[in-house]
Amino acid sequence: MDAESLLLSLELASGSGQGLSPDRRASLLTSLMLVKRDYRYDRVLFWGRILGLVADYYIAQGLSEDQLAPRKTLYSLNCMEWSLLPPATDEMMVQTSVVKGRFTGDPSHEYEHTELQKVNDGEKVFEEEVVVQIKEETRLVSIIDQIDKAVSVIPRGALFKTPFGPVHVNRTFEGLSLSQAKKLSSYFHFREPVELKNKTLLEKADLDPSLDFLDSLEHDIPKGSWSIQMERGNALVVLRSLLWPGLTFFHAPRTKNCGYIYVGTGEKNIDLPFML
Amino acid sequence: MEDLTSLKQEDNQEPEEAEQPWEEITAASSQDPVPGLPEPLESEQGPETGLQPGSSPPQSSQSRTSTPLNDLTGLGASSPPSFPQEPTSTPSTLALARQDLWSPWKSDKTTSVIPEARTAHSNHLEQSSDKGESAPHQKCQSEGNTFQQSQQTKHHLHEPKDASHNNSKLKELRLDIFQEEDSNSNYDLDHPEPGTSEVTPNMLEIAIQNAKAYLLKTSSKSGLNLYDHLSNMLTKILDERPENAVDIIENISQDVKMAHFSKKLDTLQNEYEMLPIYETAEKQKALFLQGNLEGADQELEDEIAENSLPNVMESAFYFEQAGVGLGTDETYRIFLALKQLTDAHPIQRCRFWGKILGLEMNYIVAEVEFREGEDEEEMEEEDVTEERDNGDSEADEDDEDELPKSLYKAPQAIPKEESRTGANKYVYFVCNEPGGPWVKLPSVTPAQIVIARKIKKFFTGRLDTPIISYPPFPGNESNYLRAQIARISAGTHVSPLGFYQFGEEEGEEEEEVEGGRESFEENPDFEGIQVTDLVESLSNWVHHVQHILPQGRCNWFNPVQKNEEEEEEEDEEKEEEEKEEPDYIGQEVGPPLLTPISEDLEIQNIPPWTTRLSSNLIPQYAIAVLRSNLWPGAYAFSNGKKFENFYIGWGHKYSPDSYTPPVPPPVYQEYPSGPEITEMDDPSVEEEQAFRAAQAAAELAAEENEETEEDEDEEDEYD
Repeated sequence: MDAESLLLSLELASGSGQGLSPDRRASLLTSLMLVKRDYRYDRVLFWGRILGLVADYYIAQGLSEDQLAPRKTLYSLNCMEWSLLPPATDEMMVQTSVVKGRFTGDPSHEYEHTELQKVNDGEKVFEEEVVVQIKEETRLVSIIDQIDKAVSVIPRGALFKTPFGPVHVNRTFEGLSLSQAKKLSSYFHFREPVELKNKTLLEKADLDPSLDFLDSLEHDIPKGSWSIQMERGNALVVLRSLLWPGLTFFHAPRTKNCGYIYVGTGEKNIDLPFML
Repeated sequence: MEDLTSLKQEDNQEPEEAEQPWEEITAASSQDPVPGLPEPLESEQGPETGLQPGSSPPQSSQSRTSTPLNDLTGLGASSPPSFPQEPTSTPSTLALARQDLWSPWKSDKTTSVIPEARTAHSNHLEQSSDKGESAPHQKCQSEGNTFQQSQQTKHHLHEPKDASHNNSKLKELRLDIFQEEDSNSNYDLDHPEPGTSEVTPNMLEIAIQNAKAYLLKTSSKSGLNLYDHLSNMLTKILDERPENAVDIIENISQDVKMAHFSKKLDTLQNEYEMLPIYETAEKQKALFLQGNLEGADQELEDEIAENSLPNVMESAFYFEQAGVGLGTDETYRIFLALKQLTDAHPIQRCRFWGKILGLEMNYIVAEVEFREGEDEEEMEEEDVTEERDNGDSEADEDDEDELPKSLYKAPQAIPKEESRTGANKYVYFVCNEPGGPWVKLPSVTPAQIVIARKIKKFFTGRLDTPIISYPPFPGNESNYLRAQIARISAGTHVSPLGFYQFGEEEGEEEEEVEGGRESFEENPDFEGIQVTDLVESLSNWVHHVQHILPQGRCNWFNPVQKNEEEEEEEDEEKEEEEKEEPDYIGQEVGPPLLTPISEDLEIQNIPPWTTRLSSNLIPQYAIAVLRSNLWPGAYAFSNGKKFENFYIGWGHKYSPDSYTPPVPPPVYQEYPSGPEITEMDDPSVEEEQAFRAAQAAAELAAEENEETEEDEDEEDEYD
């Protein structure tokens, strides 16, 4: 959610129950301003909160003019002092996929993982147990990246692509209409599109290249991994991800207010197919 | 004509500005980039400077009278603010220039305009059309001027706004004027210029008018024309004044086009779409009004005395400090809904238990304790259904007398606990939204709890949804919901040590009451515990809800057929040892009531509870917050004296390993293995031949014995 409309966004996202306490809210309002100034970001998003055992991580992201460019992620333990996280790489993803369980809340904590590695000793090949240390920071980076790639949402029309390539916020976006807001196809993944090329030519013909350049949520696997609800009568549409429980996306139809927040343990819900 | 009205509005709004020194205006006009008619401009100004002072006084007087004109002709147009902001540039000079030309018209207009704007419009039109023939000179000039304006399209702002409904009419008029002009061979006389330059403005005029005609051409596909579209677009831009409009011009163009089409459907669409909002608002309004119906003072006193309603707002305030909560408005509505509940049912105590999220709708859960003797209705219904089932099964057995009877006996169903005891201590009501009807959840049976532990399903939000799972859940979503609520309560409802104490009527501690003590009461001497103590040590918190045994009950029930059931239960115990307290084989015993939560088992090195102070910055007023790691979404807070529990989440337990559905049990041995039913292999060819040979040999031997007796007959029989 945009740092500029933080209070309203938190109020709209409060249906999921997890929000921020007043002192965190107040500290965020001030510190995100400072972050924006110091790092010179175009927009600062408050991404959410990852609940750890000892402490919680508060995550913010900074975006540059091009909304689809890789974002800078920052984390903080007290909503005041922010530290920049390294960008996510595939290597990190592989490394941290073996770590399970909750986050501890201590960024210097290291997970130990024993792996069997084949070691060549002359002609003999034998397996040795190697203990690999994985830092919690790395895990944090890759989880945030995975969540963004999988379930960050933006409504159709909120961004538009300029002919030169960069993607900008659409200032004439007035919100989805009610009928559009209830359909999953009006929401897109807020990341580089992966499935666009797989569409048939017929489908592509109906698309507007400046607005429909992202993947829609409609074709997410497994089907039904999004819960779409209207709250407060029809004044607010809330999407909750079932794959990463804790991610809430809200949008007030016919207004510009939209945003998403993740408050959760940072674990994927692998049992989803059993639960549907 | 639109042009007239627009220009007149300009005039009316800018009397003072118009009267500002001409020098500025003339300076501006000299910089006028308008191609084609620079000369006529200046030439117009020449003769009109003399006229201007004369016309300004009537203009100023008219400015006051014409403000109602503005309001009326404005018709929702937001133009007035934009105009004073305009720089005094050439168009305004043109306006001024034209003022005196149309001042006779103006005076006519102001008198007629006040009653109705539209009639004023039509008056203008009539006037213009009347005078059009008589004064083609002025018209053409106006056309020329308006065309200049069209090149600086700003001034056509008023066209769509004021007379959007008259658009077609005006267009026709314009076209009429065009035609008049075209047919009127004298049009070139209008330009107050020396005759020598008549030829070039002629060509220019034609060119301009051709261009305008082209712009006005309606599209064969959409019925729009470019002229109107551009004017609409620029109107919108000038109204809204977005930043960097040039970057979003295409989007604005699209929006204007879309708006053009969707207008007709507006009323229909609005009505359809807004209804659900209004319905919900109506329901919620009922919530707010319920208090007003009971006006008597006595009832008010009764209400206050009853005090069955909890102070939800206070708890919500504390939970907000912890970062948990539904938002103040939503909580208040839930508060009112709870009040509605307590008014409708005879409730002794009520508590806002929490919110369970579902796929289509969510559940708001209230934990309720009825007054004595109020909830006996359910019991009778269930007995009736049980009897019916028994009757049916007997009938079946009679028909199948000849078939082998199955010796399978289902393990005896463990009876559910009585109301007000164990897992059924409280009654739960749910509703989907505050303002919606409260539905009572049925009591939970041990079988439901046992199977609820083995499945993991999302709630849909509708209570009658069937739960399709393996092992098959005995019931629908309302039962599953109730079972999960029972498990969550048993696992996560905690209170500070000493808040509750055992009642002294229970008897002495030496008696081994099966299942432990059940009742507790508030400790009147509770002095509170320091918040820091509550955070540091988990032993300062105790469970005040009975633990549910693996059997599914809180109080152990000893089934008659011990062997089978004990085996089954032992298996269940082993499955659950990782997650819950270890139970002894034999009688199932769980931790007694009011055990501290420091005794809770960890899950794979994760402590079962996380404690936090709500604020590190102001510790003297902070509260202690407990968060369960076993049931994500369960929270408890205490400020030393008060405490409260709350749940918000999907209703599932946490497990670091992924869920594995249980394996179906092995097939039941229905028939004892015996020789008459065991299958044997069919004999192979060799075996058969050997058998036949042996048989033949036996017969041969038997026949040889008989040969001596009957020689003649045997020879026949051999063949």
